[in-house]
Amino acid sequence: MTMQKKYDVIVIGAGHAGCEAALAAARMGCDTLMLTMNLDSIALMSCNPAIGGLAKGHLVKEIDALGGEMAKIIDRTGIQFRILNRSKGPAVRGTRAQADKQRYRLAMKESIEKQPRLDVKQGLVEKILVEGNKIVGVEINIGATHLAPSVIVTTGTFLKGLIHIGLVHYPSGRAGEFPSVGLSDNLRELGFELGRLKTGTPARLNGRTIDFTKMKNQPGDDPAPFFSYSEKTHPLPQLPCYLTYTNASTHEIIRNNLGSSPLYAGIIKGIGPRYCPSIEDKVMRFSERERHQVFLEPEGLDTEEYYANGMSTSLPYDVQTMMYRTIPGLEAVEIMRPAYAIEYDFAFPTQIQHSLETKKISGLYFAGQINGTSGYEEAAAQGLLAGVNAALKIQKREPLILSRSEAYIGVLIDDLVTRGTNEPYRMFTSRAEYRLLLREDNADLRLRHHGRNIGLVSEDDYQEFVKKKARIDHEVLRLHAVWVKPTAEANNLLAERGSTALVAEASLEQLLKRPEMTYADISRISSPPAPLDPAAAGQVEIRIKYEGYIQRQLRQVERFASLEEKSLPDDMDYDAITGLGSEVKQKLNQVRPISLGQASRISGVTPAAISLLMVALEKRKRGRA
Amino acid sequence: MNEQDTICAVSTPPGEGGIGIIRISGKDAIGIAAIVFRPGRKKKLEAAPTHSLHYGRIVDPSSGEAVDETLVTIMRAPATYTREDVVEINCHGGMVPLARTMALLLAAGARQAAPGEFTKRAFLNGRIDLAQAEAVMDIISAKTDLAHRSANEQLLGGLSREIASLRDKMISLLAAVEAGIDFPEEDIVTGTGKPLGAEISEVITVIDKLSSSYVFGRILRSGLGTAIVGRPNVGKSSLLNALLKQDRAIVTELPGTTRDVLEEYVNVMGVPLRIIDTAGIRLSHDLAEQEGVRRSLATIDSADIVLVVLDGALSLAPEDRRVLGEVKGKKAIAVINKSDLPRKLEKIDWPDVQISLSCRAGTGLDDLRNAISEFVQKGAVGPQEHPWAVNQRHKLALEKSLASLEKARAASEEGLSPEFLALDLRDALDNLGMIIGATYTDDILERIFNDFCIGK
Repeated sequence: MTMQKKYDVIVIGAGHAGCEAALAAARMGCDTLMLTMNLDSIALMSCNPAIGGLAKGHLVKEIDALGGEMAKIIDRTGIQFRILNRSKGPAVRGTRAQADKQRYRLAMKESIEKQPRLDVKQGLVEKILVEGNKIVGVEINIGATHLAPSVIVTTGTFLKGLIHIGLVHYPSGRAGEFPSVGLSDNLRELGFELGRLKTGTPARLNGRTIDFTKMKNQPGDDPAPFFSYSEKTHPLPQLPCYLTYTNASTHEIIRNNLGSSPLYAGIIKGIGPRYCPSIEDKVMRFSERERHQVFLEPEGLDTEEYYANGMSTSLPYDVQTMMYRTIPGLEAVEIMRPAYAIEYDFAFPTQIQHSLETKKISGLYFAGQINGTSGYEEAAAQGLLAGVNAALKIQKREPLILSRSEAYIGVLIDDLVTRGTNEPYRMFTSRAEYRLLLREDNADLRLRHHGRNIGLVSEDDYQEFVKKKARIDHEVLRLHAVWVKPTAEANNLLAERGSTALVAEASLEQLLKRPEMTYADISRISSPPAPLDPAAAGQVEIRIKYEGYIQRQLRQVERFASLEEKSLPDDMDYDAITGLGSEVKQKLNQVRPISLGQASRISGVTPAAISLLMVALEKRKRGRA
Repeated sequence: MNEQDTICAVSTPPGEGGIGIIRISGKDAIGIAAIVFRPGRKKKLEAAPTHSLHYGRIVDPSSGEAVDETLVTIMRAPATYTREDVVEINCHGGMVPLARTMALLLAAGARQAAPGEFTKRAFLNGRIDLAQAEAVMDIISAKTDLAHRSANEQLLGGLSREIASLRDKMISLLAAVEAGIDFPEEDIVTGTGKPLGAEISEVITVIDKLSSSYVFGRILRSGLGTAIVGRPNVGKSSLLNALLKQDRAIVTELPGTTRDVLEEYVNVMGVPLRIIDTAGIRLSHDLAEQEGVRRSLATIDSADIVLVVLDGALSLAPEDRRVLGEVKGKKAIAVINKSDLPRKLEKIDWPDVQISLSCRAGTGLDDLRNAISEFVQKGAVGPQEHPWAVNQRHKLALEKSLASLEKARAASEEGLSPEFLALDLRDALDNLGMIIGATYTDDILERIFNDFCIGK
């Protein structure tokens, strides 16, 4: 049966990628359908009840600057907010929040249900319908067909998901849910190359059976920081996390039971993330460590469930219980949900373009874990871009492709499509070569204009941003222009801060450049016509204090941009280029880079190969002229 | 590889005669040339009309020391080979001033051109027609192959191990810094317990050593130390005189060296030889004299290359055997003199090159020159278009790397947040990457996950 209503965009899956994709497409005016296997699992946090952290917080702020949803929902449903690396420089500070898992899910579900032009339906997609190399729709398991010219696949860990708990394993997309088997086979039939990854999650413990007095209390920051540029309050009460440690007994139990770990028994074939190893991996690989951290994170306000961060494992259920009970505070703990490992299919991301549209099938987009990534934030970022680009394509506009020099989202997608991945890909600040420019604090300055151009940022929000930007620019100019005489008043303040006294006139800018001086001090010496809000004041301070480093990175970006601007046409015939090695040709054919810059980042493509491409490009241009 | 850069390279074949031309191309070509050029008349290079010739001197701007007398040609875009501003510097003083001028230009902001890069620019800027495009590509790939081969050969040796361990150390440092940035909640100790500044200092020391140990750098500064040894009357002095007669170094002023009366300078196919005349310290003649023996041995020991002279017209004497024994393990060439006379000398057990020549008749000297030049190319610098370029490039990369590390150390000592010194460490690795390949992002992550227990 073909359903009457014809959609512009169909989103398969309602996780963190699917939600952003569906909301973005609908908000950009597309009739959108979101299909999920289970309406009660929309935006479910399958693993950590937390959002943000280093580089991930950056992604969330970028999502917000572009007009996505994640930041707003976590601000409304977070129960602890902190800034990590507060003692370090502004570029590497990351906001992190604990979420009330159920409230987060419900708040996102509400946004989706209330969103005009967006239908959400329960149904398992079995097949993607393709004519020629174009998408026409999807077929679901209850015998219905939905039609649309674009489909976004955001299937998370569900493609042929296989859960392992000890030597027991069974097909499942997530604890307690079915896997998606038909779609995986269907993607293979459509010619996609799929690989296998593995991830895992620790047990959920009953807080009633935990002795928190034996653990270190970890409260959030006060005042709690925000992710979203538009949220003004955190409505929920705030809760602490707790820190405890494993010990020799824990490690002994693990060592004695390795035989029943599917990881060590060689049953799990998928590749797991190195930055998130199971506790058995940590104990075996770092045998000299006497203890490992265990963070207990509350899963919500109305639940006793605690997430045992750091204790992901695939050991059998009985061993898990014994192992957890060796930990101080967990002597009498009851497991509510056991830890498990899960294997799932992903599509090698070199099969997609920067727009996240597949190279093979026009109108088909992949976002989230299907592209080999890990993490809610990485998924949401891709979901947002996939939704935006599907909508832009319907509107016959150019796709939104963010550069490595303007956003972590740009780094994320460029890494995936250029270099591919063999393990679950997570964002780190060290992946961003222009890290000092890509800060949480300036995500709006970097990306708000894109959000407005695509139509996801409202005019009101945009005008507020324009005003903020103007305030910052004016204040920077003022600090440059205003000179202070060596008055007693100024020198008293300098003395208070342990700064050397003025003997001649100095500009406010020069004073602010002194490490011991803050913007607040400067505005005491000479205040602006209207006081700046903290965010704007922060920008002024960063721009002046770190000017040297910022200029240095801007120069690097300039050099980078010159190769990025040289685009390589779709139909470039790499095989016909004299002098290119066969390995280089093969890689270029596989990735089909959009620019010389992207080509230069493919592993194995040498500067000489880039020179050859440059000449070939010019030759082609002249041949056509 | 950036098209905005101003590039420079020696555009004449190496080692031929006394004149060499350095070509500079790019938007800053004239400005960069002006930094190192002092005109003979008070005429600024920047104001010079296009296609004009200027007499003056190349001067080290930091010391004011004159490096060479030159003629400089200014050619303004677009009527040039590359259609960019082009400057050509004609160096007259042979290889040493040529190399020093290159070094000054690189320091002034030019970049060493990649193989085929001038031609590539000529093509990209529309100077060469389409029919020649294939030829351009052939040049790039062929020259790159050569450069690659030479770089690889070099990297197979001891240098490779040194650079690899240096890179390894720098990646460890960066991994520790990055782990501290990206995993603030992990219970990990990043670092060895030593302050980071001290760790960086250790790397700096290694680079310093490496960069100053470059054979070629030393050759440029002080010439290739060449010892002529042999028992009396085999023709050592005749050999020296024969070489001096034709090749006496044009340069009379070599920086950083004091001329010893016992040393003579000879320019062999562009390679400066500093010949240590052992006439006064004969190994065999004063065998009983302890001091003489000691000095002879020291001379052989400190030489980069030893020319062992034998008399081809006589059979091998015990003293000859002794000399041959002393030079075992050294880079040495056996020079069998008096080839104009009937050969009496037996076949000698000699693993290295043997050259037959006659100092008196002046025959066979070219063979010796070739052998010396080949020795330098193989042993010291590798078979490259410009035999010294690889080393010059390595040294420059090492120096840049060093400068970045010094910045990182300063940032660490000032107590700046780690991401700032990470930027300097990355620059240092990027510069090292000019020698050994540029990618390292994956290596850093790999190192972090190997060395630190991450997994909150």
